Amino acid sequence: MKADPKGVLTGSHNLSGNQACAEGALAAGCRFLGLYPIMPALEVSERFLERAPRVGATFIQMEDEISALAAVLGASWTGKRSMTVTSGPGLSLMMEHLGLGVMLETPCVIIDIQSVGPGLGLPTRAAQGDIMQSRWGSHGDYEIVVFAPSSPQEMFDYVIKAFNLSERYRIPVAVMSDAYLARLQENVVIPPAEEIDIEPRRYFKGETDKYLPFKRDKDFVPPMVKIGDGYRFHVTGLTHDDRGYPIMNEECQEYNVHPLVKKIRDYTDEIIEVQETGIDDAEVVIISYGTTARAALKAMEQARSAGIKVGSLKLATVWPFPEKRIFELAKKVKAFIVPEMNFGQLVFEVERCSIGKANVLFISHGEKGVENIDDILSAIRQTQQMNEVKKCIIELKKGV
Amino acid sequence: MEEPTKAIKEIHPDPSATSGVHPMENLLRMERMPHIWCPTCGIGLAVTAFTAALTKANIDTNKMSIVSGIGCTGRVAGYVKLDSFHTTHGRPIAFGTGIRVANPGIKVVVFSGDGDLIAIGGNHFIHAARRNIDMLVICVNNFIYAMTGGQVAPTTPLAAYATTSPYGCVEPPFNIPYIADSAGAVYVARWTTLHVRRLTNSITEALQKTGFSVVEVISPCGMYYSRINRLGDGLDMMRFYHDNVEIRNGEDTKNLDIGFQTKIICGKFVDRERPSYMERYNQWLSEVKGARGEG
Repeated sequence: MKADPKGVLTGSHNLSGNQACAEGALAAGCRFLGLYPIMPALEVSERFLERAPRVGATFIQMEDEISALAAVLGASWTGKRSMTVTSGPGLSLMMEHLGLGVMLETPCVIIDIQSVGPGLGLPTRAAQGDIMQSRWGSHGDYEIVVFAPSSPQEMFDYVIKAFNLSERYRIPVAVMSDAYLARLQENVVIPPAEEIDIEPRRYFKGETDKYLPFKRDKDFVPPMVKIGDGYRFHVTGLTHDDRGYPIMNEECQEYNVHPLVKKIRDYTDEIIEVQETGIDDAEVVIISYGTTARAALKAMEQARSAGIKVGSLKLATVWPFPEKRIFELAKKVKAFIVPEMNFGQLVFEVERCSIGKANVLFISHGEKGVENIDDILSAIRQTQQMNEVKKCIIELKKGV
Repeated sequence: MEEPTKAIKEIHPDPSATSGVHPMENLLRMERMPHIWCPTCGIGLAVTAFTAALTKANIDTNKMSIVSGIGCTGRVAGYVKLDSFHTTHGRPIAFGTGIRVANPGIKVVVFSGDGDLIAIGGNHFIHAARRNIDMLVICVNNFIYAMTGGQVAPTTPLAAYATTSPYGCVEPPFNIPYIADSAGAVYVARWTTLHVRRLTNSITEALQKTGFSVVEVISPCGMYYSRINRLGDGLDMMRFYHDNVEIRNGEDTKNLDIGFQTKIICGKFVDRERPSYMERYNQWLSEVKGARGEG
């Protein structure tokens, strides 16, 4: 299926990350926005609202982030592609309905423009502190897909992919931006509608009394129906059977929840997207995501021109984590360098996947932000003097 | 009080009511019976009134959605044969708001309890009333959190016992019709589960309204509320309603506080017109499109 031309602003535009996000959503066919105002995410909603009447999209500003995502889930069941936009404190409130979205297998997209936490933090400054929360924030077992764009163009592209994957796997998908990317303006090329691929929702076409809301196809994904189509279905956030009726026992828990995990884990090869640069001969690999990838790539170029063999592994999808690829690389390279705008989150995943075969150096970009590439360069230099694999993450001090 | 058989006939005009087929079979998920509610619980009567009202109101039930939260009444969505959602605690109004705004062709009914709608969901309740979201809220009020075993609720009368108010409730309760009225609901009524016919009529009327309508249903909880407070069983509670309910249609909602075993005022209190959220939204939309020349 191709994109609805009404939502596609074809052409070359100078857009901020947040504006590109709204354009990506409209191009992807998003026609419902449930929002609650929060900085630095507001420009996404403002752009969406400004364009909504022309595109035929509806929106509502709810009383909090809890209800914003609840409304998005309800809207999604009417057949509309739906999303919400928030920042860290709002994401914390949304965890309740992220879990419900997983359990009701409701396609939707959550945009998180990360700012500095914890608590109220620094609402206007960039961070990557919600990366683990996006994976594990809601209670219980589930799998999720999370994108981390590093430029307005990627924001546009990955928001479309996020909608497509949410429909393909019937899950909430998150796109993690940050306060820096939110305002960063760059050229964004929006292709014609007929060049944008849209994953259509999989609908049940049978008779109204034959529909079972959670009867899974071979890929563990059950087809959906819309409210108002006469199927009179029931869905519950409790552990349920194919009919969507609650069944309170361990067998049903296994029957219900295991496929929620398997429908993603068995398809990670299709979902995971990484961008590799200069990996083939690399002795050191910088693993980065989101805006830190911009500094990582620059540091890589500078190190290369100084004659050090450095590669870059940029994670377009942070979750599911590309563990297979990192495990392979760990056997070949001397060290991984992981810059993050937090005090260490994804670096623990890298450590897990390198299993003591390569050194893992962590650089916290907590306060200096993405502009500082000197720390990455000094980490690269430091790896040149390492002759043995240390058993723990090497956390680099500032200005080493 | 009317002759009970007369009331039953009015609710179930279908002659099959006496033929062994459940008269509401087309609106209930019979394969899920028996339901989980305790003997003498009033929620079943509220559901009966609701299904009877659906039949009477003569609306397209295929274009309806029922949303419940958590708790005993939260299970209603699971027994009613409509597009039904059993959602998170306190959030059915927010979930239903999304449905209604995304597809204004769907009539949304939120069927949940006092703890769900007025405590954890209180914020969503007042904001949906303020926006005048087109939605019928049926709030079963049994004065207690029953699903978790009898904890104090925002509706528990002063001095009543609950497992978490072992020395008597010290918090004044909410007056649900008063909140609904002051927040902007267009239809507000309260009945007990003894008043099945009047309750059915109220729900029928509320289903026809455009805007945020609230019907509070006072229901006995024989297992927790009346047991902890030594009020007898469900039948005793029904007798209590019979002796202590005063019907005052049009009463000022300020006067509807419920004390411990005091008089309960029932009736239809609010029935007014106010532009609903979607009416205002569509008006705004046509103005914007007109100004932009997008027609």
